[in-house]
Amino acid sequence: MNGANLLTKALEQEGVRYVFGYPGVSICPFFDALKDSGINPVLMRTEQSAGHAANGYARAAGEVGVCAVSSGPGATNLITAIATAFADSIPIVCITGQVPTEQIGSDMFQEADIIGAAESFVKYSYSVRTAKDIPRIVKEAFHIASTGRKGPVLIDLPVDVQNNEGGAFAPVGNVNLRTYKPTMKGHAVQIKKVLKVLEESKRPILCVGGGVISSKAGEKVTAFAEKYNLPVVSTMMGIGVMRSDHPLYMGMVGNNGKKYANKAMNESDLLIMVGARVADRAVSQPDLITKDKILVHIDIDPAEIGKNAGPSIPIVGDAGLIFDELNKADLKCDFKDWTEQLIRYSKTRDEKQQSTAKYVDPNLLVKTVSELLDENGIYVADVGQNQIYSASNYICKGGKYFTSGGMGTMGYSLPAAIGAHFADPDAQIVCAIGDGALQMVLSELSKLAEIGPDIKIILMDNRSLGMIREYQHYHYENRYTMVDLGAVPDYSLIAKAYGIPYRRIKNNKELNALEAVFNEKGPYLVEVNVDSDAFTAY
Amino acid sequence: MKRIYNVWVENRSGVLCKVAGLFSRRSYNIDSLTVGETQDKTVSSMTILSSGTPHTLEQIEKQLNKKLDVIKVRTFSEEQAICREVILLKIKYTSDQRREIMEICEFLKAEIVDATTTHMIITLCDTPDRIEKLLSMVRKFNIVEISRTGTLAMPKCGDGE
Repeated sequence: MNGANLLTKALEQEGVRYVFGYPGVSICPFFDALKDSGINPVLMRTEQSAGHAANGYARAAGEVGVCAVSSGPGATNLITAIATAFADSIPIVCITGQVPTEQIGSDMFQEADIIGAAESFVKYSYSVRTAKDIPRIVKEAFHIASTGRKGPVLIDLPVDVQNNEGGAFAPVGNVNLRTYKPTMKGHAVQIKKVLKVLEESKRPILCVGGGVISSKAGEKVTAFAEKYNLPVVSTMMGIGVMRSDHPLYMGMVGNNGKKYANKAMNESDLLIMVGARVADRAVSQPDLITKDKILVHIDIDPAEIGKNAGPSIPIVGDAGLIFDELNKADLKCDFKDWTEQLIRYSKTRDEKQQSTAKYVDPNLLVKTVSELLDENGIYVADVGQNQIYSASNYICKGGKYFTSGGMGTMGYSLPAAIGAHFADPDAQIVCAIGDGALQMVLSELSKLAEIGPDIKIILMDNRSLGMIREYQHYHYENRYTMVDLGAVPDYSLIAKAYGIPYRRIKNNKELNALEAVFNEKGPYLVEVNVDSDAFTAY
Repeated sequence: MKRIYNVWVENRSGVLCKVAGLFSRRSYNIDSLTVGETQDKTVSSMTILSSGTPHTLEQIEKQLNKKLDVIKVRTFSEEQAICREVILLKIKYTSDQRREIMEICEFLKAEIVDATTTHMIITLCDTPDRIEKLLSMVRKFNIVEISRTGTLAMPKCGDGE
């Protein structure tokens, strides 16, 4: 069997159903081998989108996403998607074609040192030199990507290795790497300490991050909170852990979060952070957080603990396994009074609203869209003002919420939504995107038209790069530069060109037209006119 | 604050680059770095001397442990370890300087390993502070070239060993 067939066989063994990608000469043997396999290649319109699609697939399926591209520019185009997955700890395996082994280092046509270039954004990378190593490498790559703190693994595969004979395929047994043994079980002594401080605390709070979703521990964490009436807040990556209408859920924290969620966190005397990095976007001054409270930090990555804030009680391990242990205890405490006090406070806060008759209020838009979205629907937010409006107003009814939280990659949402569709073809998906980002990934409308998924693009069109415009408003005294999109296209004609149904919503009154959009199955481009002077922070 | 990291890594191509890259990417200092094979041919030993705040030094250890090619990280202070460094020094000298150079070498147990009527190469294998001492004493001569290995370190023998 040649290397390409060994690779295909190894991917089949891992249960791979789709490979998102873009071809080139250096990866042709692999795509050719896929033709005789049960794996479906999905041609995206650029390599970066292939990486984001694998990311969206991984998040929707809870499995490893796979993408494959060619050497040189194909591989370098993928880097942003690799970095995006790395920053959000999303498990993907990226396969890049490479020039023939003997030519490596000779600067031949379409040669790029992708291993070197992507080094700081991958969890691990392999440069394959022998076809017979492929089954072992694939097995290891999937193991590394999907365990511990998840993340992208890169396999660089010279074209001759794909063509060379590598012997018969033999399934690889368990992976045993001497350098990689992530801690899964939390330390029993530390767990006991947490229970003790919880029992002694007066105003405890749980803050959930993306790690809870990654470890599929949402229900366990919720059960723990319910047992003691513990209030819960989330980071942006933790949106979706709890339903928005859950009485214990206070919303997202951080500089773009809910004021009362931040207040709840600030006033707590015990903060239990789970699967969150205590990073700048969620906590304004991470180093000061332990000043007046006990910080319990639960994370699978020991390097995250103490990186931004020194915790009082660190626990390294998988959130699910740790909460299994925490849930076994039966403490005599109830924080109902503290939670009710927080709820009362939250009710006194006014909802954000942009009052303008001429445009659509983006806060109201996100609320309306997420109310209309199916219970198990997927909401994918892009980056920019739309991300902030989405994160602060999205109503979780049990569905999933994705965004590029760590890297903040514009143009993430549409390809990620397409990837999510392949993981869950029946799911209704919202892609909330600004006009700046849509123009970056306009090419993927062609993919949308080709496969006709139930993806509703909610285009927040303000004819400008709103987030930076807002930044220039606050920090450069309205000296707007590089943010006016100038000659914007007629999106109705764009939609028509791709054969995608289109509707424009100009003001709040017209928002009821969205109901018809969501009742119809299939893709839709909804252009929503948003005021360029509407700011997320005010 | 100074700290020594003795890092056992997989003896594969590209690993040195990954470890060095980690330091540059996260703005950690490398005061010196040496690398060589161990008794096990599949394992290389790196000795990295770094300096920084206690927080940074702790992060370095954690980030090194996170690298998938890293087998083991041991970290210790200079006092807890036996440290050695090798230096090669090429000096251009005049006949009236020769006597003094030889006396310095004798005093510090440095060796003259090569010489012509105008140049000589001095070598010394000793603790980093003794190497510095040698350097400070010969600096007044015409030093043509210096080559240093960086610090090699091994934790001192413990009672349990």
